[in-house]
Amino acid sequence: MGSDGTSGADRPEGKHMHAVDPATLQVIGKPWRKVDARSRVTGQTRFADDLKLPRMLFCKLLRSTVAHARIVSVDTSAAEALPGVHAVLRGEELPNTFGILPVSQDEHTLCYDKVRFIGDPVVAIAAVDEDTAWDACRLVKVEYEKLDVVTDVFEAAKQEDNRIHDYGRGGNLHRQEHLEFGDMDAGFAESDLVREDVFFFEGNTHLPMEEHSTLAFRDPDGKVTVMSSTQTPHYLHKALSKVLVDHVPAHKIRVIACPNGGGFGGKSDPFNHEIAAAALSIKTGRPVKITLTREEVFQTHRGRHPVLMKSRIGVTKTGRIKALDFETHLDGGAYGSYGTASTFYTGALQTVTYPVENYHFRGARWFTNKAPCGPKRGHGTPQPRFGLEVQLDKIAVELGINPAVLRRQNLVDAHSLTANWMRIGSMGLGTCIDKVVEGSGFLERWGKQPYGKGIGIACSSYLSGAGLPIYWNAMPHSGVQLKLDRSGLVTVFCGSTDIGQGSNSILAYIVAEVFGLEPQDLRIVTSDTDLTPVDLGSYSSRVTVMTGNAALQAAERAREMIVGPVADKLEVPKGRLTFAGGRVFDCEDPERGMSFAEAVQIAEAKLGTLGTTGSYRPPRAAARFKGGGVGPSPSYSYTAAIVEVDVDPETGIYKVPKIWVAHDIGRALNPALVVGQVEGSVYMGLGEAMMEEMSYRGNRFGVHKIPSMLEYKTPTSMEMPEVVTWIVEDPDPNGPFGAKEAGQGPLLPIMPAVANAVYDAVGVRVDEVPVTPEKVFDAMQKKARGQEGRYGPNELPSIEWPEPRRVRTPWQGGTGVEVEREATEARS
Amino acid sequence: MLRLPRFTYHRPTSAAEAVKIAADHGPASQYVAGGTDLYPNMKRRVQTPTEVIALSGCADLVGVSGSAAEGITVGAMTTLTSLEKDPALQAAHPALVHAASVISTPLLRNMGTIGGNLLLDTRCNYYDQSHEWRESISFCMKCSGDTCWVAPSSPRCWAVQSSDTVPLLCAVGAEVSLIGPEGERRIPVADLYQDDGIAFTTKKPGELLTHLHLPAVDGTWRASYRKLRRRDTFDFPVLGIGAWLRFDGDVCTAAEIRIGGAGSYAIPATKTAELLIGEKLVAGDAAAEERITAAAQEAFKPTRAMDNTDHFASWRKKMAPVFVARALRDCLG
Amino acid sequence: MTAPKVLGGFVVNGERHQTAFQPHRTLLEVLREDLDLTGTKHGCELGECGACTVLVDGTPVLSCLVLALEAQGKDVTTIEGLADGPDLHPLQDFFAELGASQCGYCSAGFMLAAKKLLEDNPDPTRDEIRRALSGNICRCTGYIKIFEAVELAARRLRGEDATPSREALHGQ
Repeated sequence: MGSDGTSGADRPEGKHMHAVDPATLQVIGKPWRKVDARSRVTGQTRFADDLKLPRMLFCKLLRSTVAHARIVSVDTSAAEALPGVHAVLRGEELPNTFGILPVSQDEHTLCYDKVRFIGDPVVAIAAVDEDTAWDACRLVKVEYEKLDVVTDVFEAAKQEDNRIHDYGRGGNLHRQEHLEFGDMDAGFAESDLVREDVFFFEGNTHLPMEEHSTLAFRDPDGKVTVMSSTQTPHYLHKALSKVLVDHVPAHKIRVIACPNGGGFGGKSDPFNHEIAAAALSIKTGRPVKITLTREEVFQTHRGRHPVLMKSRIGVTKTGRIKALDFETHLDGGAYGSYGTASTFYTGALQTVTYPVENYHFRGARWFTNKAPCGPKRGHGTPQPRFGLEVQLDKIAVELGINPAVLRRQNLVDAHSLTANWMRIGSMGLGTCIDKVVEGSGFLERWGKQPYGKGIGIACSSYLSGAGLPIYWNAMPHSGVQLKLDRSGLVTVFCGSTDIGQGSNSILAYIVAEVFGLEPQDLRIVTSDTDLTPVDLGSYSSRVTVMTGNAALQAAERAREMIVGPVADKLEVPKGRLTFAGGRVFDCEDPERGMSFAEAVQIAEAKLGTLGTTGSYRPPRAAARFKGGGVGPSPSYSYTAAIVEVDVDPETGIYKVPKIWVAHDIGRALNPALVVGQVEGSVYMGLGEAMMEEMSYRGNRFGVHKIPSMLEYKTPTSMEMPEVVTWIVEDPDPNGPFGAKEAGQGPLLPIMPAVANAVYDAVGVRVDEVPVTPEKVFDAMQKKARGQEGRYGPNELPSIEWPEPRRVRTPWQGGTGVEVEREATEARS
Repeated sequence: MLRLPRFTYHRPTSAAEAVKIAADHGPASQYVAGGTDLYPNMKRRVQTPTEVIALSGCADLVGVSGSAAEGITVGAMTTLTSLEKDPALQAAHPALVHAASVISTPLLRNMGTIGGNLLLDTRCNYYDQSHEWRESISFCMKCSGDTCWVAPSSPRCWAVQSSDTVPLLCAVGAEVSLIGPEGERRIPVADLYQDDGIAFTTKKPGELLTHLHLPAVDGTWRASYRKLRRRDTFDFPVLGIGAWLRFDGDVCTAAEIRIGGAGSYAIPATKTAELLIGEKLVAGDAAAEERITAAAQEAFKPTRAMDNTDHFASWRKKMAPVFVARALRDCLG
Repeated sequence: MTAPKVLGGFVVNGERHQTAFQPHRTLLEVLREDLDLTGTKHGCELGECGACTVLVDGTPVLSCLVLALEAQGKDVTTIEGLADGPDLHPLQDFFAELGASQCGYCSAGFMLAAKKLLEDNPDPTRDEIRRALSGNICRCTGYIKIFEAVELAARRLRGEDATPSREALHGQ
């Protein structure tokens, strides 16, 4: 129980706000170096592939070279006989399935009945070195009975009998969701303008610089340790426990997440190679390392879903959205991964920026024979955000309203509920829009520049962590333990994983603030399932808010432990004690005090060994309908972005010279880290906008067209524009010191802002991401021929939809549950 | 990690010694200059020499000599960075220096050589792939397979000429020296290549390209290289236009235009050249502009863009006249 | 099949090393796996990302495409050799200060490429920095903090005042 008598998880929202007096903050809000900055710039950070152990073996996976087939036979005898080969692992040895979500446990460590995409692993080999393991893979003979390849959502719908999985909603439909909030007919009837648009957002991938790597070893006492480039050690631990259940019990598995060389969501699933390395270390009794090649990283993927979508929108003359009818089709690839959540996310956040009075969402996820899609920075929300923001731009043009003004005059209220029951906290989007509009001169420039020069605006919002964990449980989402040493050292233990975003530093800043220490004085121990309390992982922008609140609680509890004994010793009322500058002292007589270390010693003498815990669970969501678990968050960040383009009318080639971006962070715990996250998000968004795409050759057996750093195009130092960043601070009651997320939200507006800027420059619409020069050129040519100046899709797969789950909106007097359940609840 | 296959390594100290080692080992051997093309190909197992003959020790293959007026000679092992930074070349052959400066990245130019760039393997999205990837398509005609996957009914390979310097050097009429078991020869750069994705050079087995000879600079001609690619670094050309015009006063007396990145060799835009010869071409002159635009339209037809590089093939083809026109305008006084 | 090893000698970060390796081993592999200098990273092993950049005789090259044998007798500088004992090189100092190193995986390559740039050109423009670093991919930062760090390091190396701008650390 906390000192205030409440349990950690149920601690009322806003409780931490009392600690915040911006005037006295010593650590929070300052641009400290990251606690591990020195290690990262000197090459001393030990990524997974940097690890080496005596007698270590190297593992290679033999992956499927066909996209869809039954496995007839696998002959590993020649590989086993090759000198230097220590073990060959086959699929049937590990029959238990795994997967990140409990509802889609559809992966095997190694396939033994069926392969579902090119790159699906079939055999794992451990050998003395990587060369030998590679050679051995070439000696394995796999006989496949080929099946037709399903390459996109249309094929998936058409090839109903050629099922990739035997679960889901029938055929190749993995998920199909249908939700309705409010009265759509009334909404459209009240609209002055209704338009319908079809958009396509091509899939793209994270492309972290570090290729995934795992080192597994068996301790002499039978415990297994897996050190891996993973963003989610806790979920990996769960998957290992499930698959290896016959070999080692859960409590004897230790997962250590190494620092990640970039993640962006791509290291958030438990992966075949991690489990195979663990199994081979058990099988051989030796350490086993596997490091993927870049091509295998493309196959591992779990990146942005290609999404085909249709949006029908009804607005008033001022641009207020009376009704929004949104349909998405996600091309999920070969496995479930996070796909169920992704499907809901393509419908969850359309409502959190501009009020949508009545909302209807249909989302379908299809299985196809391609690398599985999952969460990439913005998870499932950039695609519909692109559609919505481009559509609003079209509406602004039709209504004759400047698109920045249209957005500015239609914002959701802070501390309000949306049509789909998302609870908005602090909301700084208006300020964000003002900053970028003023900074860029948008009002003077939009629609008024010479042909070829364009400027476009878009806005967005993103979660600060998901309201629900990935598997249902009532435990905290994040835990922190503190150990206070007589030397004055505070050690912070937390299960979170630093993927470069600075989550270790965030823990240090918060705890240092409470104790009046400097961040570098602390030791941060993270991401080790044996040593650190569970944090669910570095995904969905949850870490600052969740680990931050847990750390704050643990630190305040520890401070409370110290305060009593020290106050007694100094004969000062507890309330007058101040922690600052490495000392604890009487704020009215600063000379009267002692060092922090002495304070710890006095407290330890009185209370015994000092340690505390803190934990965090997000507040209960207002959305209580089925499917309402995806979207709720402790808080939402907001971003506005303006993009400038120069289009060459002769070629369609365009450059982006400058981007203005303002991000509502709640409070910046470290502004330098926030600026870094914003610039990085803008960069990654620009890559998606301009060039990045996971392309496959449907007519060539379903091969990935370009699985390489060279041919998968990402922006380089030459393409990166000037970026002007504003941090907007509007503290949120649910955040530690008022903080919200920064790592994902600022990516979202970039893609639509680019498309909108291209329209402003040359008057054509590319309703598709990426907006490549050839598409711009094509649209310009069509326009020159008198056709519609547009490049983009026109249709969606036509399928039957089940009846929607109907939920009344807050302003209809709803209660956040389905209409049918409302009656039942009212009766009881 | 993607690793090299095993091989035996040779490091001769002269071109003659290198040629002898190659002759001793026959087709199992391969020269390596900067390694920036061969080693990736070896890692992907599209080239698998068991004898690798490194030319880095051959001092006689390095350096820039001669004069602009007489003709400059560049040793094949001269790195692209050295070429790009050479003051004599910067003054005499700015188009070549530009072409070299837009090759891949600064790091790769520190390693890659002009000889290597001249002999850059043709590229294709079905070929520049790992062993495992190519197994998925049962390999392709250029390596271990029977089918050209860009054009499955085609009897030939359509891998793409992708060197940035080649279209320009063909256009300006540069020459190269080769030595081989049968002695030395000097041929026009244009004759070093043929229209085939697999056998794209006329270099004989064991022959070693030793030097590049640039034409004398006499003030009568101007050249340009224009490159189309996705990003301003890293990327190979998906169109690389080498243009060369000779003038007598304002009148164009000779022209050569080569279209790289759009076929298995640097394709001559013959019709375009013909339409320019004898015409008065002055920068800024509207009639000249029109002539150039009209002549450049003729580059559309010979451009063979196919779906085996970055960008839509149809757009690349449409861009050929645009880029040819731009390269020609560069050549006007 | 195991090819016989050969003995190679290099000077790495000022220290002489002798080690035996197979001829097909790249400098990248020998640095990381035989000399335990794992500060040099790899992101593609095909010369397409710049993560493995090291200096050979002062010139930045991609260690994934250099045979260890080719580096024989040469002077190799890796990230481990950039700091002067406990003192960070100005590039390292400003990469840390500005957050130009987020995950840190590409940082070694960027800093070594930048070191050469600043030796050749002590006062580079933003555009010259862009070009010099155009062989290195970063997926975290959006490059801007990297450019700014190189500019600040250049100032300090020239003996000028090098204080990050307020905007760099706080936004506008």
